[in-house]
Parts: sequence; C-alpha cells; structure tokens
Amino acid sequence: MKHLLIAAGLLSATSAIAADKPQLTVYTYDSFVSDWGPGPKVKEAFEAQCDCDLNLVGVEDGAALLSRIRLEGENSDADVVLGLDTNLITAAKETGLFAPSAVSADFALPVEWTDEVFVPYDWGYFAFVHNADASAPANFRELADGDTKIIIQDPRSSTPGLGLLLWVKSAYGDEAPDIWAGLADNIVTVTKGWSEAYGLFLEGEADMVLSYTTSPAYHLIAEDDASKAAAAFDEGHYMQVEVAAKLAGTDQPELADQFLEFMVSDTFQQIIPTTNWMYPAVTPSSGLPEGFETLTVPEKSLLVDPEKAAVMRDKALAEWLSALSQ
Amino acid sequence: MAERTQPVNPWPGTGAAALVAALILGTLVTIGLRAETGGQFGPADWSALRFTLTQAVLSAVLSAVLAVPVARALARRRFPGRRVLIALMGAPFILPVIVAILGLLQVFGRAGWISDALGVFGLPPIRIYGLHGVVLAHVFFNLPLATRLVLQGWQEIPAERFRLAAQLGCDGMAMFRLIEWPMLRRILPGVLAVVFAICLTSFAVALTLGGGPRATTIELAIYQAFTYDFDLGRAALLSGLQLVLTVAAAMAALRFSRGDGLGAGLDRAIRRWDGGIPVADTLWIAAAAIFLLLPLASVVISGFAGFFDMPVLVFRAALTSILVAAASTAVLLLLALPMATAIATGRYGIIELCGILGLAASPLVIGTGLFILIRPVVNPAALALPVTAVVNAVMALPFALRILVPAAQDNVARYGRLALSLDMNNRTFFSRILLARMRPQIGFAAGLSAALSMGDLGVIALFADPQIATLPLQIYRLMGAYQMQAAAGGALLLLILSMGAFWILDRGGRRHAET
Repeated sequence: MKHLLIAAGLLSATSAIAADKPQLTVYTYDSFVSDWGPGPKVKEAFEAQCDCDLNLVGVEDGAALLSRIRLEGENSDADVVLGLDTNLITAAKETGLFAPSAVSADFALPVEWTDEVFVPYDWGYFAFVHNADASAPANFRELADGDTKIIIQDPRSSTPGLGLLLWVKSAYGDEAPDIWAGLADNIVTVTKGWSEAYGLFLEGEADMVLSYTTSPAYHLIAEDDASKAAAAFDEGHYMQVEVAAKLAGTDQPELADQFLEFMVSDTFQQIIPTTNWMYPAVTPSSGLPEGFETLTVPEKSLLVDPEKAAVMRDKALAEWLSALSQ
Repeated sequence: MAERTQPVNPWPGTGAAALVAALILGTLVTIGLRAETGGQFGPADWSALRFTLTQAVLSAVLSAVLAVPVARALARRRFPGRRVLIALMGAPFILPVIVAILGLLQVFGRAGWISDALGVFGLPPIRIYGLHGVVLAHVFFNLPLATRLVLQGWQEIPAERFRLAAQLGCDGMAMFRLIEWPMLRRILPGVLAVVFAICLTSFAVALTLGGGPRATTIELAIYQAFTYDFDLGRAALLSGLQLVLTVAAAMAALRFSRGDGLGAGLDRAIRRWDGGIPVADTLWIAAAAIFLLLPLASVVISGFAGFFDMPVLVFRAALTSILVAAASTAVLLLLALPMATAIATGRYGIIELCGILGLAASPLVIGTGLFILIRPVVNPAALALPVTAVVNAVMALPFALRILVPAAQDNVARYGRLALSLDMNNRTFFSRILLARMRPQIGFAAGLSAALSMGDLGVIALFADPQIATLPLQIYRLMGAYQMQAAAGGALLLLILSMGAFWILDRGGRRHAET
C-alpha cells in the first residue's frame, strides 16, 4: 500500500508538471460521463474553446453526487457540480457550499426559472412508458382501478422514484395515500434504480415502467424502433429539471463561470437531447432532433418549488411506505 | 522452543487478522467520527431489522439443508460432465446483482419461462414477488456455495473410512451416523453462518424480489442514510448493527461446530461401496442443476445477441477486471493462508471472527470510510483499482477461510506431532506440508475469489475515474444508457471470464487429485 501511495504521488506530481493548462473539475453523475452520455462530446467542445483541461468526475447519481460534495465539504476538488435536480436544491443550498452565478439564458422550460445559484441544463417529464400497441390509462385513478401492471423505483434510492412520489403528492395532495393504496395491486415490484426497472420492463415483467416522456425517443432515434410510447396523464406530469452550480470554494471561478455559460450555449445544448435523452434547457438554433416531435407532450406541467419539495418529501415518503407495506 | 506444541507460527495470521479488522472497524469509526449528529433508530428500522433477519435465517437454513442431499449425491455418483456441472453450478454466486435479477426473473417472473409454460395449460402466471421470492433468489445465489463447501467436507473424509465401513457392512443410516453426520456437524454451522451473513447485507435483490417496501433491509436503510439523508451517524449505527449480528452468528457457528476430524488417511482415491438410492441421487442432482442453470441459460441467451457488437470499451473494461481480479486473489491468499494456519492451532477463534467481518461490512461503509481516509493524502481516483482489489479480497476472505480452515485443522492435527518429532521448523511445515497438502483448497479459494472479484461492482463506483472502468461498472453504464442488449452481451462476457478464472485456478489446485 505504501509503495502504491508513493507511486500515485509521483504520478500526480508528474501530471501536475505536465499540465501547464488550468484544470476545471466538474463532478457529475456516472451516466453523464459514460461513453454513451454527453461527457466525451462536452469535454471536447469545451476544451476547444477554454484552453484548459476539463476533468469530468462521475458519481453514481444525483443524490450520491450531493453526498459526495457534502463529504468533501469546503475542501472539495470540484469547481462545478452538474446533475442535481430540483428536489435536491434545498438540501444543496443549506450546505452553503455553492455560489451564485451570473448566467442568464432564454430558458425553454415550461416553468419560470429564477434561481440565482443553480442553472438548468436539461429537463424532462416523468411518465409511464408502455408498448405503443397497448392501451394506457389516462390518469392515476384509472391506473389504480384497472389491472395494468407497473414497475416503479424506490424513492429512498432513486431520483425517478422520488419524482413519482412528488408527482402523486402534488397532483392529489391529501388524497395521495388513497391513490397509493389503489396502486398497490398494480405495482409488480419496486426496484433500487432506473436500470433494473427499465430492464425488467423490456423483458416483459410489466405493462408500464416509470421513466421519462423522452424515453421513446431513444428507441426511435438510436434503435429505429417506434414500439414504445409514454402514457399522457391528464392530471399533469411532474418535471425533473437538472441543474448545475459553481462551488464557493473553487480555485477557478472564472473558468467555472465560463463553463456554466458554455452549458447554456448552442454547442452544449445540441449534445444533450440524443446523449442524455432529455429536453435541452435552451432550445438550440437547430431546433430539436428529428423524432422528438413524436413525443407525448403533457398538457399540464407539475413542479413543486424546491423549498416545499424538501418538506413534502418526508410526509409523502411516510404515506408511500405505509400504503405499500400493508 | 520447549513450549512449542505445534509446528505453526500464529503471528503472521494474527497480523493479517488485525489488518482486516482495522480496515473494517477503522472505516466504520471514521464515518462515525465524521457524523454531525448521533444516529437514531426509528420504528421503520425495527421492521427493516425484522425483515432482514427473517429472510436471512430462512435463506441460510434452506440453502444449507438443500445443500446436504445435493452434495451427498455428487459425492456418491460419478458421471460424465460431473466436473463441468459442479463448476457451472457455482456461477450464480459471481454474477453482478443486476444481471442475476434479470436472469432469475426471466425464468421465474410474471413473463418468465415457467409462467409462459403454465400459460400453455391455461394456468395463471406464478407469483414470485414476496418473502418467498427473496428466499428463492438467495437460495439461488448461495446453494452453489453451500453445496461446494459441504461437498468438500465429504471429499476430505479419508478413503480408508469408507473402506472400513464397507467391510463392516455399514450402509444407509449407519454410514450416515458414523461417518457423514460427524463431518456435517463440523461443516454445517460455518455454512449457515456464511450464508446468513451474505443475506444480511442484501439490498437490491431483496427489494426487487420482495415486491416493494415490505422487503426493506438494513442495507437499504444504510444506502438511504448515505445518499438521500446524508446522515452519517445513522449509517454508522446501522452498519455497526450488521457487524454485531454477523459476529453473533459467527460465534454461534464456532460454538456448535465441534467434533474432531476423521483422522488421517493415506490419500487414496475415494471409492464408495455404499449404494444409497441411485434414483434419489439422480433426482437431487437434476433438480439442483435445473434450478441453478436455467437462469444462467437465460443470461447466455440474452447475451448472445449483443455479444458480437459490443463496443470495444467493454473489452478494455474486461481487461481491467482481469487485472483487478488477479491482484485481489493475490491479496486474498496473503491474508487467508496465514490466518487459516493460525486458526488451525485452535487457540485463535478471534482470528476467525475477524475473517467473517468482511461479509458483514457494507461496501458503502468501507468505500466511504476509505475515501475519507485516503483523500487528504492522495486523489482517491488514482487509487480506484488498488482499493477495489483490496476491498474485494477482504469481502472474499470469509469464503476463503471456510474453505481453508477445515483442511488446515486436519493437517495440523494429523501431521503436527510427526513434524515436531522430526524437529521440522515452522517454515518447512508451512511450505512442505500445509501448502502442498492444501493445494485443492487453495485452488478452490483462489478461483472463488478471482471470480467474485471479477463480478463484484465493489467500491469502484465510489472512486470512479471516467477513464477506468471494470466490467461490472461498464455493464451498469450501458444499462443506464438504455443499451440493454450490449449490457447483456457484457454480462455474458463477464460470466465467461469469471467461470474461466474459477476453472483455471480450481483445476490448477486439483491436478493429480480426484474431485
């Protein structure tokens, strides 16, 4: 172990000497940095204009990302964090580790964006995805009354799972426990994360799976397969807005600002739809990629503002647990 | 040297055990110290604890009970393909969790093969989700391990005992009572404790097969405390609870695992004259093979389509995984051999307890603790692979000890006095007697550790460097990017590599020997 430490120390020392360019470290979730995600293209495009090294570090998911930042505290290596969503914003702000940014843009979000610290880079609607040839219920009540089988994610371990919790709570308020009680016999199972749920759905374990309205776009554009559709629910769809922010303790404040500006530019926003499979936060001048026009567009968007979401979460989680533990 | 009663130096083993204990307890304490508030234990935790214990006890008992007739049948029968079957049956144990879940549900799920077959006869699909589903999945994972451990017990019975039994006309019950039961009494408590400890830290399997929040385990609560609540005190408290439960199970196992070995033999090939009922043996072997191999077949079939157009990155990840597995196996042997030797002297039960801690420790706790400890010294990403290899070795240690300890005990008991009378020194005894005589067990332990390390996601995700990925991590990434087919191909590759590593090391240990 000692030799390894020495070797690692030497390695980092030599790379520090070699790198006369400034380094910008961005913490994000793992699927962003994977070779199929936006990471590699974003790195190439930003490095072409910044004369710096962009160091993308992947951490499991949005929630784990925030934990990592809290664990590292003020000494974090990160200059920018990219990949939190609105449900995590309050907890993130309470840490006092993030700094306001001056970025403004003509956001194409269905809601107005006023937050000074967090800058959105993409967004989507949660939705139940099903096979296009099967009929889908029109809302949660119809789903609960029928015998359509669904797979969902656990709100204690997955961001879509938490999104569904707030979706039902914001649409039904005090009636949410009844909705969950009604849904209990529709739920085939609850998984740890999105991948397990989506994998089981593709294997045919359920009629619908909790995912995004943009999921069918992946199958259509990347696989030329139009067999998946997202069910439109008439009580509205809960949104996920993904955001980034600069850390107060960064040693590269200018570069961090430059990155956040770059993030809402055409170059970055064009990469998002077909790598992260979400809607870009600012519609690029070239418009959305072909295929996105076929997607289900909800008539109503639901989003609880961050401060209320933090309070609502605990109550909604308790209701969810008691309804499904019967 | 006059005090010396055994030709074994226990100190290297004690040192190795201290290292392991320091790693596991040290990371736990690190997290406890970093916590801002003390952990709280709520009513939801009590029900999580109840569910965790219930499913772990059921899974352990069922795995061990079923392992006995299967291992007995495999010990008695010789048939073509027996070795391949034994090796393949070990595969469920080493699959990444997410792959195993998908494979299992492809067979037992609502839209699985069995439900489809029932549908042909107009019958409703089977209902797999619930406590019984959790237990089924855990038996699927652990029956192979339990069977291998029990089978090894049978193989360690000296051939002379069977010969004598045959001469005396022992068969059936008498054979069981005189020869097999004493062996089982020595082996089974350890098997029960190991499977119990594995199931104690189950999370994704329990939740998915359990069908919802009813199936909440302590490990899920730990994950939630870490990521969603950032309550390190709670995470440390719950993880400490897991350690206490595992240590309690291990102590109970050590207490009940009494009885001497069956003495020395001349290492003749085992021949059996007792018949048993061939049909019953065949049925047990067939049932276990079908139960364990069907989900594997589904992994192979799903993987086939994606196998030939996997991105080249998957192969690079595979190479990384092979290196990690090799390093991890080396570390494992450096820890396990001295520890097993020290335990064999019979006075170091504490070492055995240290060894089993690796099972009880949540990878999240070890990983996060190491992260906190390493970070002030060096960028954790730079150590992603060495740390993964070391943690994988510690996690495989309990299995390695279960494999090595009974054999080490037998050898020290059989040859210790002879060695002393020859004034053989410790080192010679270790290299000429222990290492040489324990080659099959060392091969098995090394194979299992390499395969486990290959398939385990481990702590790499916590230390991730986007440029370095192991194969399991790459499979998760592919799934996260909707690329389920390529991920299935990656899973098949992983299965092949893990089985290959296991096969090579296990066979290597058994050259000249009969399995």
